Amino acid sequence: MISWRSTWSIYTRELMRFLRTAFQSVLAPVLTTSLYFIVFGAAIGGRMPDLGGVDYGAFIIPGLLMLTLLGETTSNSSFGIYMPRFTGTIYELLSAPVGVAETLIGFVGAAMTKSLILAAIILVTARLFVDYSIAHPLLAMLYIMLVAAAFSLFGFILGIWADNFEKLGIIPMLFLTPLTFLGGTFYSIDMLPKPWDTIALANPIVYLVSGLRWTFYGSSDVNIWVSFGITLAFLAACTAVIAYIFKTGWRLRA
Amino acid sequence: MNEPILELEGLTKVYPGGLKALDSVDLTIRKGEIFALLGPNGAGKTTLIGAVCGLVRPTSGTMHAFGHDLSTDWRKARARIGLVPQELSTDMFEPVHRAVSYSRGLFGLAPDPKRIEEILRSLSLWDKKDERIMALSGGMKRRVLIAKALAHEPDLLFLDEPTAGVDVELRKGMWAIIDEMRERGVTVILTTHYIEEAEEMADRVGIIRQGKLIMVDEKDAMMARLGRTEAHISLANPITALPASLSQYPVEIEEGGTSLCYRGGDGTGRGKAEVADITKALLAEGIDYTGIDVRESSLEDIFVSLLGEEEPA
Repeated sequence: MISWRSTWSIYTRELMRFLRTAFQSVLAPVLTTSLYFIVFGAAIGGRMPDLGGVDYGAFIIPGLLMLTLLGETTSNSSFGIYMPRFTGTIYELLSAPVGVAETLIGFVGAAMTKSLILAAIILVTARLFVDYSIAHPLLAMLYIMLVAAAFSLFGFILGIWADNFEKLGIIPMLFLTPLTFLGGTFYSIDMLPKPWDTIALANPIVYLVSGLRWTFYGSSDVNIWVSFGITLAFLAACTAVIAYIFKTGWRLRA
Repeated sequence: MNEPILELEGLTKVYPGGLKALDSVDLTIRKGEIFALLGPNGAGKTTLIGAVCGLVRPTSGTMHAFGHDLSTDWRKARARIGLVPQELSTDMFEPVHRAVSYSRGLFGLAPDPKRIEEILRSLSLWDKKDERIMALSGGMKRRVLIAKALAHEPDLLFLDEPTAGVDVELRKGMWAIIDEMRERGVTVILTTHYIEEAEEMADRVGIIRQGKLIMVDEKDAMMARLGRTEAHISLANPITALPASLSQYPVEIEEGGTSLCYRGGDGTGRGKAEVADITKALLAEGIDYTGIDVRESSLEDIFVSLLGEEEPA
């Protein structure tokens, strides 16, 4: 039986931690996104042709949103669980009558909430630079929530796996960011020469960016249901790994 | 007082490296008592606490708290157990009041500002409630950890080295706090390096060494059984042999006949009474003395001697 009070306590505390670092948490992504729009949207975008009937500045919005979403969600969630492990405060969580459900809903829910706030801020920021509309707003919101949930879980696993700060940063820095850049954030994979357009399909981030782009503009590189399927499969895989971690106590209990 | 609230049977913990931190520990804790777990560094004290509190996975053995099996019915059991860790581990950026309120919520209890105020006042933290924990002194930080552990009103509280690194004044303050907990009916299990602390507060004492609980007894009974009185009587004139009237006492001649040494008693006062009888016997024999130095053995002496006896050859 889930204790909702415990869950709420973990959730609100994590959000408080976010608010404590609001300056860094909110302003940094806003500034980064603005810079992307200035460079790729205004400076370079003006010389680019429309892609699939979408203005280049608008075309990159889902990709930029995904870039921030993946990075911030993963780091928020991984720090959320890594820091208590690092400082020793995790004793309180482990000795409390809370299980995997309360912990996940609390930590991952808070990381998701932060990411959704950031997504909203980025969309508002983008509106200052580019005129765009969202073709399927409900599906877009659902998709953003799914991706945020999946990468919050992924970040949680990362935060448990990491035993130093270097490991904590290495996955987002060496894998997530490059894969997102190569995942069609700034271009359609149709623009790639052969065989790179086919090789690009091995990059899972392509499906995420493409899926979100479909909810915005109704067209994408990959079928929307394939994107949803891959996102759900990743979500399920992360949940299974976390269930295993809690069952065995790996890296949590001595 | 005799109702068991924690029962450990055959509790064993072997760490992946092969270190046996707990070796088939059997222990029963009774409701309302203060139990001191004594042992040298690395004896297994913190592992034992960790196993009960869910921080350590036991290799084998059973644990029951309040009648609940801690391996299956852990939620109900843990809701009634509090832990004050050895390290000052808490979010140092959080204000005191919020940190304590969080602990209450984490254990599934509804917010209760009045109860939190009571706890903070009892620990002299009310004036600091809005301060960040990082701004507090070491002793105050430790009190915050106690407040966090008390926030969900536990019936069983583990204090792992509660006075480590605090000065004498704060240590005595901490003892008073533990005494208040006892009065409120909280059962306390504490580990400590300060044997004086156990002597001052504990009802029962357990001595653990290399993961084995080598002795558990009432503190007073342990003192009575293992306690000794040592007395040195300085004589005005040297003697060469003990008078016959002293033969019934454990007395030896020392320092070339200028001193008598008594080692006996049982920690209940019998030793002091015998020393008084010896002095009367000396006077009756016409043997004058110039000074008496009497010393009762402390729990620390008993602890050290027990560990010495258990030392492998």
